[in-house]
Amino acid sequence: MLRVTFQAVFLVGVVLFLLFLFDNVVYNLERQGIPTGFDYLRQPAGFAIPDTDFRSSQSLRDALVVGVQNTLKVSLLGIVLATIVGVAVGVARLSTNWLVRRVAALYVETFRNIPVLVIILFWYLGVMIRLPPIRDAFELLDLLAISNRGIVVPWFDKVGAGLTFGLIALVAVAAAVAVWIWRTRRFDRTGEPHQRVRWAGGVLLLILGVGFVLTGRPWTVTTPEVGELSTTGGFRLSPEYAALLIALSLYTASHIAEIVRGSILSVPRGQSEAANAVGLSGFQRLRFVVLPQAFRISIPPISNQYLNLTKNSSLGVAISYYEVTKVTQVSIAQSAPAVQAIVILMGIYLVISLLIALVANLANRRLTLRGHR
Amino acid sequence: MSTQIDTLEPLPAPEPERPPGRKLSPREWMRENLFGSVFDTVLTVVFGLFLLWLAYRIGRFVFFDARWEIVERNITNLMVGSYPRDELWRLWAALFVLAASLGFGTGALGVQRRREVAEGRANPVGKGGLRRLGPLILLVGVLLWFGGSLEALLLVLAISAVGAAFNFLGMRTPRRLERYVPLIVLAGIVVAFLVVGSFGGVGWNRWGGLLLTVFLAVSAILLSFPIGVLLALGRRSSLPAVRAVCVAYIELFRGVPLITILFMAFFMIGFFLPEGVDPPSLVTRAIIGFVLFTSAYIAEIVRGGLQSVPTGQIEAAQALGLSPFRTTRRIVLPQALRAVIPGLVGQFISLYKDTSLVFILALTELLAIAQNITKQPDFLAQGLYVETLVFASFIYWTGSYWMSRESQRLERRLGLGER
Repeated sequence: MLRVTFQAVFLVGVVLFLLFLFDNVVYNLERQGIPTGFDYLRQPAGFAIPDTDFRSSQSLRDALVVGVQNTLKVSLLGIVLATIVGVAVGVARLSTNWLVRRVAALYVETFRNIPVLVIILFWYLGVMIRLPPIRDAFELLDLLAISNRGIVVPWFDKVGAGLTFGLIALVAVAAAVAVWIWRTRRFDRTGEPHQRVRWAGGVLLLILGVGFVLTGRPWTVTTPEVGELSTTGGFRLSPEYAALLIALSLYTASHIAEIVRGSILSVPRGQSEAANAVGLSGFQRLRFVVLPQAFRISIPPISNQYLNLTKNSSLGVAISYYEVTKVTQVSIAQSAPAVQAIVILMGIYLVISLLIALVANLANRRLTLRGHR
Repeated sequence: MSTQIDTLEPLPAPEPERPPGRKLSPREWMRENLFGSVFDTVLTVVFGLFLLWLAYRIGRFVFFDARWEIVERNITNLMVGSYPRDELWRLWAALFVLAASLGFGTGALGVQRRREVAEGRANPVGKGGLRRLGPLILLVGVLLWFGGSLEALLLVLAISAVGAAFNFLGMRTPRRLERYVPLIVLAGIVVAFLVVGSFGGVGWNRWGGLLLTVFLAVSAILLSFPIGVLLALGRRSSLPAVRAVCVAYIELFRGVPLITILFMAFFMIGFFLPEGVDPPSLVTRAIIGFVLFTSAYIAEIVRGGLQSVPTGQIEAAQALGLSPFRTTRRIVLPQALRAVIPGLVGQFISLYKDTSLVFILALTELLAIAQNITKQPDFLAQGLYVETLVFASFIYWTGSYWMSRESQRLERRLGLGER
């Protein structure tokens, strides 16, 4: 009975406190003549977003959508890059080569101990905008053009029947999945090597290749052409995007490297010794014994880092990369009501965080060995 | 219970697991660690060349290309921002007080640790001595170099001497006074704070530079700690309503980026207050934002510590007839908090780095001043960002690296992460 009373009093207290805050907000907004509610989202934004099609006559809601797209654009690619660099550095930290080990340690200690905001500013102010102007752009084998207007990379360009090829690509993926399942079932039944990666990959590439030729090569790769004032062809990463992407990837990679190193070390030595005893080669030992176990251990902390990277992408606000935080900041400066704008901003990040956590939990549950927790 | 197997012959002594340590000659060492195979040799050459190139570029920048004049002329700005120059003596005085109390505290703590090691309650860790302070000495040395003032050098030497003297004193604290050591340290911090900010000093709204950075980090962690502990206890409570509220708070503030919480603290606090209450100053708002954010993270760290306390401890306390409150206060919390000290240090390190975010909100902490001084008339449009950013990174790096090393040391001593 006492427990129930206490909880009731506690809840009433919390609710009253929240109501008090809410009431104050509504009162203060009305007193200052600021609109309550979320109708302001339909008003024209009044600012354009660089490097997108967004124009200032479009609504604030559309601006937020573009902002979220930009957030996801930098976060997803950053997650991929950070994973690649992080795993490489983490493995390098355990190398038998002394020099490689030390260089990897130097990398980790440098990037872990500097604020990510400083790293972002450094890549933007110290590197990107100090690059040569476009007409003196630094070119690498016609594949990359690097200038103070950004980095241009080769990209695909649609020239023909894209839709047909898209359908063929779908068929190819479906066929590859079917082959994968067939090889796995066969392996379960007979125990013969499944080699499903080769089979499924082969089928995928075969269908894609044949389809590509049959539909008359609907896509070509364009490489950057450097002109006097701009580049044509390829895909341009704006300086802000490139700086944010590189900085976030390098910073997060230093944390991922430590996780990878820790999880490899946490695989009991007996496992490696047993692998040696049954005659596996060094590569096989890593591939089939150590890494699969290390990978399972590292999923929760690494997904936490993915979450951090996504949240840190909000620091794009410091170098005017128009992700959702920058869009919110600008719209507040353009007289959108601050309270509502920030509530929406926090809501967006909460949803993104929950989605990432959901995917991570699913992956974790799927990959955890039975009998382990 | 071990069962002895009857054998006719005595069992051979167990082989040592590893060959006894052998001192390698430099040649052998290189062969083993650098040129083991062809692939190894290639790696060594590639990475060696890369390192040489990096060292060359960094060396050339630091010693020849960089125009450090901007840092030299602004060193006071970078340290204290717009703190009135007439009152700088207060900061030096505060440093003396801090050196005395922290020196005393570390001395007393060191004795305590050594005794714990001797009694087998903690793992021995290498002595370290002055090398432990390496990054800090490097930092102070560089700052003095840029300051270029003899007076400052003498003051720093005097402060070190006071610290060392009180360290010596701390090592000779009678055992019955040991429990007051944390209080003495805390009192030192409070006195230092009062010297800088009160009694005719300057309130924290006019602090800046490194002073503001450290103040934000320290005050936020001190204020978040009790809130975080309460939240962690609430999350482990058997009362569903309390648990739900705590979980909601923790997950809300851990799910959004710090910068959005700072936005909230800066732009929204005024709306939350009833009419007639003036909104707090910008620095106070920043502290509120940091506390909201950090307490959620501390709650999760402390929760880990609470979970690490074996249930047997709680059951034993109940069997002895302790009330739930006293069980928590006397049995659970002391053990849990001891286990989470390294985690808390880690949180403090990220807080120290995260204070740079208030730069986005136009507060003049270290990073903001590093940016603003490039807009001074003498240095305008000369692209001196790199110099100031490198200098700011150096300050962040030394502090953060030093703390993370100390935290690893602590972890080893507490025997955490060992199974």
